[in-house]
Amino acid sequence: MKVTLKVWRQKDRNSPGELKSYQSPELSPNMSFLEMLDVVNEHLANQGEDPIAFDHDCREGICGTCSLVIDGKPHGPHKGIATCQTYMRSFKDGDEIVVEPFRAKPFPLIKDLVVDRKAFDRIQHAGGFISVRTGAAPDANAIPVPKENADLAMDAAQCIGCGACVAACKNASAMLFVSAKVSHLGLMPQGQPERYRRVKAMVNQMDAEGFGSCTVTGSCEAVCPKEISIDFIARMNRDYLVAILKGDPKAVRGGGAG
Amino acid sequence: MATLKSNIPSGPLSEKWEHHKFSSKLINPANKRKYKVIVVGAGLAGSSASATLAELGYEVHNFVFHDSPRRAHSVAAQGGINAAKNYQNDGDSVHRLFYDTIKGGDYRAREANVHRLAEVSVNIIDQCAAQGVPFAREYGGLLDNRSFGGAQVSRTFYARGQTGQQLLLGAYSALCRMIGNGGVKSYTHSEMLDLVVVDGHAKGIVVRDLQTGEITRHAADAVVLATGGYGNVFNLSTYARGSNATAILRAYRRGACFGNPCYTQIHPTCIPVSGDYQSKLTLMSESLRNDGRIWVPKKKEDCRKNPADIAEGDRDYYLERMYSAFGNLAPRDIASRAAKYVCDEGRGVGETGLGVYLDFGDSIKRLGEDKVRERYGNLFAMYHEITNEDAYKTPMRIYPAVHYTMGGLWVDYNLMSNLPGLFVLGEANFSDHGANRLGASALMQGLSDGYFVLPSTIATYLATVKPGARPSADSAAFTAAEKEVRAGIAAMVGSKGTRTPASFHKELGRIMWEHCGMARNKAGLEKGIARIAALREEYGKNLRVPGQENGWNQSIEQAGRVGDFIELGDLMCRDALMREESCGGHFREEYQYTAADSEVQQGLVNPGDVKRRDDEFAFVAAWEYAGAGKAPVLNKEPLVYEEVKMSTRSYK
Repeated sequence: MKVTLKVWRQKDRNSPGELKSYQSPELSPNMSFLEMLDVVNEHLANQGEDPIAFDHDCREGICGTCSLVIDGKPHGPHKGIATCQTYMRSFKDGDEIVVEPFRAKPFPLIKDLVVDRKAFDRIQHAGGFISVRTGAAPDANAIPVPKENADLAMDAAQCIGCGACVAACKNASAMLFVSAKVSHLGLMPQGQPERYRRVKAMVNQMDAEGFGSCTVTGSCEAVCPKEISIDFIARMNRDYLVAILKGDPKAVRGGGAG
Repeated sequence: MATLKSNIPSGPLSEKWEHHKFSSKLINPANKRKYKVIVVGAGLAGSSASATLAELGYEVHNFVFHDSPRRAHSVAAQGGINAAKNYQNDGDSVHRLFYDTIKGGDYRAREANVHRLAEVSVNIIDQCAAQGVPFAREYGGLLDNRSFGGAQVSRTFYARGQTGQQLLLGAYSALCRMIGNGGVKSYTHSEMLDLVVVDGHAKGIVVRDLQTGEITRHAADAVVLATGGYGNVFNLSTYARGSNATAILRAYRRGACFGNPCYTQIHPTCIPVSGDYQSKLTLMSESLRNDGRIWVPKKKEDCRKNPADIAEGDRDYYLERMYSAFGNLAPRDIASRAAKYVCDEGRGVGETGLGVYLDFGDSIKRLGEDKVRERYGNLFAMYHEITNEDAYKTPMRIYPAVHYTMGGLWVDYNLMSNLPGLFVLGEANFSDHGANRLGASALMQGLSDGYFVLPSTIATYLATVKPGARPSADSAAFTAAEKEVRAGIAAMVGSKGTRTPASFHKELGRIMWEHCGMARNKAGLEKGIARIAALREEYGKNLRVPGQENGWNQSIEQAGRVGDFIELGDLMCRDALMREESCGGHFREEYQYTAADSEVQQGLVNPGDVKRRDDEFAFVAAWEYAGAGKAPVLNKEPLVYEEVKMSTRSYK
């Protein structure tokens, strides 16, 4: 099979970009979408042209490095699948496929299809953790976690941090990502002491990065390669509201004895 | 010759680590913040080490070539992590985990290191649970376990089919906390391209910013490499495409010895190769062997048939037949070799004939499809995406693929290489798995090294360094290293050849798989070395790297990594040629059991099993760089066993 690609090419953040057409060489339907891009890139390199820059790493749907908006949909045509697990058998011989980067202001473009998603890391730095020094942990079975809670926490924890939720959202909201992180830790007994401090810190950083608000269209859930539920957004909103009502904990003054 | 001092503490095996921690020097809290430590890599070992060192008060700088530390390839581990918790009350103990690991490694690992690993394993689970890692639990709320290869107890903790991601997110969260409070400075999209050695001590690195192409120098009191394994020498592997050997290979060129480079793990359950365009092989977790049964047809003529049409009596469940005690849970090296044997006999299945069945039919009958889906649903879904086949209805087809490297930079008991000040953690070092790693032990080792071992042992070195004595990044050694890095990149970009980095990588992979893969022999390895030499020469003359030196250019990254893989491929072949024995994942066809051997007649092993030669090869091979174009020098660290007797490894 052969396809025609219309690919977003942009030298760097400060240069204008455009969609360019490329005819693929002969392809196998058993190729992954990224292997198809490898083949096209080899072809371009052999002709002395600059290969198409795209992000990828594990190629098994878990590292969250791959991105791409394929025919208007982040991570391509299938539900619950990342771009790297999309196979060419999902397309027909002669198809024209439009390939664009994840577009969102907090994800500045680096080159072609590669964008900078470090804003997600900064949200995590703000509070995406349980403070436990190495060595300070009690025996693992000293803290039982009801299976239902552990399973629900795991549903949230599956998030691979790819940013498709942001790319799909008309507001470039990161609420699905942040709520997955907040819910994962907030559902575990270990996460309770910092529960409200965490949600406030992470939401504040999310806003500072310039992500938009959630208007509950559900497009994030629809494209999420791990099918994270927007129920977690409701959970986060509730925690955030409680955190606001509780207010900041009072400062403890004084030096204490000794 | 390099000086190799293993620094294994004296005293009884089970007391060595405690004793060592007590007798090691401490650094007072006020002095800790005067020491700067560079950590390269942010997988399980790198993230956990960075976070823990920062908690202790050291100034930590973490470098990773990914855009985020969370993407390091530890993220992809599926099955689980071992720990000697004995929560199942099935007879597990620190000693049993130690013994299983030593035996699983075919008696080619250091006893003291492995015992420490088993001791620390229990703390790892505590730490991860406290961080909120959502391990699988029973209805009572306590932790669940499952079994893995090479063990007869259930000691593996897991989080659905993505234990690696959950443990990495735990370590990453600890790292985030320390980045957030200023304890760690994080450099992402930053690839280490050289190690800087000052007066024989590792004192810094040279780094390329992948976004801008900018080259920078970084000085420190100690350098920690946690940069993962080098299985991508084979091109096709279960590694991430970006996984590379550049950091460890360049440290090797600066004088760090490379330990046991030929020890490669070929994982038995991966999706078979389908075509030349293929960029990676996908692992199907070893946990599937808990409930899946592996078989091929007894008769060659059945191989093209629909598996459902092959009668039960015409199926050969060869692992159950050959290794009845462990059956489908035989260790990885053994299961892989057995698959190769049956395919070599012409009994392989699938289009290429290089595949065996992994069949869940019996388990679905016994447990129901829902239970199987609950346990392995994500793996079945992944299999379906890649092959377009439904494994609930028809058996999976699997074949062995390169998965892990037990070899790596040589380190002593303190995880310090022969270059003082250079520490190596996780898969990047050679230390704990001998000649074969057991399933669910890589995560354990990465976290053991990062959370518990290095944070304690690094003080043994730093206590010998005067605070504030680290050289400036403007000193001569740094200037020289940066100059070399720049010259290397300029030469790649300037070379006007006709072949892309990817084409060299593919050819190298074919050479390595053919001559240094699952079965090796003298003539083949010699041929491999000659073919690699020719490839290296062509790489020097005929490379084409499109694009510019500055800015984002993935071709530069790839070209540099492939050049390093070629050099490492040569070293692996040399090591495999030197090691005239078979052990674990290293199978030399000349050294295998035959029907004439008494061990076969006694029923301990099967014909075709690996045959060690302890008299001559009970040592760690530590290769030392001798200069460009010169043959590397072999150093030997004898393996002295005080507790366990080296014996024939039997899984029958």
